[in-house]
Amino acid sequence: MAIDDMEKKLRPPEIVLKPYPPKVITLASGEKMVVREAKREEVGALLGTVYPLIGVPSDYYDIVAVRMYSEILGWYRYRVANEFVLVGAINGVIAGIVTSRHVHAGLGMSLHTMTIKRGLRVGAQLFAAKMEHHIDILGEDEVWIVAESPNGFKRWMIEYQLEDRSSQFPEVRHELGGVPTFVLTRKLWNAVRDIKCTGTRPVSDADLKSAEKLIMPTEYPQLPGFKR
Amino acid sequence: MAPRVGIVGIGHTRFGNSSEYDLADVLAYAATDALQDAGFLEHRKEVDQVFVANMASGLFCHQSAVASSMVSRLDMEPVPAELVENGPASGASAVKLGYMAVASGLADVVLVVGGEIMRKVSGWNATDIVSTMLDTETEYNMGLTLPGFGGMFTRLYMEKYGLTERDLALLAVKNHDNGAKNKYAHIQAPCKIEAIADGPEADVVNNYIAEPLRMYSTCPVSDGAAALLLVNMDSPKAKLFARKPVRIAGVASATDTHCVHNRADPLQLNAVRIAGEKAYKMAGLTPKDISFAELHDAFSILELAISEEVGFFERGKSYLAVRKGETAIDGRLPINTSGGLKSKGHPVGGTGVSQVVELVRQLRGEAEPGRQVKDPKYGLSVNFGGFGNNVVAVICAKE
Repeated sequence: MAIDDMEKKLRPPEIVLKPYPPKVITLASGEKMVVREAKREEVGALLGTVYPLIGVPSDYYDIVAVRMYSEILGWYRYRVANEFVLVGAINGVIAGIVTSRHVHAGLGMSLHTMTIKRGLRVGAQLFAAKMEHHIDILGEDEVWIVAESPNGFKRWMIEYQLEDRSSQFPEVRHELGGVPTFVLTRKLWNAVRDIKCTGTRPVSDADLKSAEKLIMPTEYPQLPGFKR
Repeated sequence: MAPRVGIVGIGHTRFGNSSEYDLADVLAYAATDALQDAGFLEHRKEVDQVFVANMASGLFCHQSAVASSMVSRLDMEPVPAELVENGPASGASAVKLGYMAVASGLADVVLVVGGEIMRKVSGWNATDIVSTMLDTETEYNMGLTLPGFGGMFTRLYMEKYGLTERDLALLAVKNHDNGAKNKYAHIQAPCKIEAIADGPEADVVNNYIAEPLRMYSTCPVSDGAAALLLVNMDSPKAKLFARKPVRIAGVASATDTHCVHNRADPLQLNAVRIAGEKAYKMAGLTPKDISFAELHDAFSILELAISEEVGFFERGKSYLAVRKGETAIDGRLPINTSGGLKSKGHPVGGTGVSQVVELVRQLRGEAEPGRQVKDPKYGLSVNFGGFGNNVVAVICAKE
């Protein structure tokens, strides 16, 4: 697309982010999940993966899918500043996606976590990878987090014992609609990193190759009988 | 002579997350399934008695009187209905009461339903609610939880008998293999030993819950319900049902000290042993006659300890049998063919009924391919209440 003066003014200023080094995690099923940064040219597979879940009200998949769809589109079309997308792929098939945004040197803004493959803590691993990127790779001091589903609240707010900053509203206000803001500080992350975050680096060439081309899932536990 | 009591209908929901549903609806779903299975749905007002097993709907769902609520959902009024509560052994206690109602001559047809909705609250709240079954003064108020007890019991067993964390992981692999094939199981996913015990990421993938118990040594928090239709096999009514009965050959329960610290040896589960002995005696059987068993593995260690108390293995030796595959589906004594609480799930008030449903499915030869025991004759279930303070054993026989 031509980047004319108008387009330049529509795009947010970007900071070049350090890349997230890929890793591989052997899930309980024995399957290997490669976690890596998604590339812009993979937007079709990412959007195509999220789209079917827009119609699933259970466990708030609908709202998470709609928002993640817009976040991925905004990232692709340069309408969100400093966003990154991590993807978990098993034999190339997308098992989960996380979106997030680097705000400034000290702050990250966690956006959404979408688990496609259930029962193997794929979402938990990807959320931990997202926090790893924010704090260990990008060097931020804290990440602001909200939850839109009870399951999200149980997984992040309770399991990570996130700091509740909702009383500091409106000074502390997450970008997602002003719902109560919780915070993962570097101190909290240091306390939980070893029990929440894992993965082997460097990833072997064979494993990297398995995740080179992202494949949209053909089965969704959230959508029995789904046909693409 | 007391009449013979048989099971002619079974019902079950898929265990997992049903937190968006009302508990009475989930119970009614399982009950309808059982009535349909027996070909008795149209005659449901002819049921003489309903027992509903539930542990803590007041705490989990802010809901009480679920027995009458469920009866109303099924348009079964004026059939009498009562709630049965015995912690996580509520389900098998309801089976026992159903058996007693028929055997006493008070009823010919009894509907037993058990279930729980636990996932309306967080996992931590669920753990807290379940822990209210502990002794208030000396256990609960001191911060003890069921996983805490499970962890301490496991540590003691390890030190005394040489059990390792890897042995516990082997149990998870076995039970998940079975659960992956069970259409009712909460977690229908096999797991691999290299991923949950041997691999470099195992510490996080299979994290500690209450050391040395890890996630794959601990049951999930589940919603769900199961149901049975019991009949007097010697009554003319027995001919009304579509299914051939599976006979309840033995049912017995026993208690132990409510406070675990009052036991001479905390590794000895006296209530399990006594309930098992009484059930064998009633059935005229010995442990060697049992073809397969459903044992209450809320924590994997309990599968081992219970299997020893009911006479399947010498004390401290059961894990060696697991290493040899003796309790796998193709082993000499398959245990937790349903996936057990670990994989099938553990909606506390429903588990005891669900275990008996599995006995019936196996004895009818209706388990899914790959987890059907070959030509079983007798199945044993043990439903464990409290930390072993109120236990129920049931033996079912193929007729």
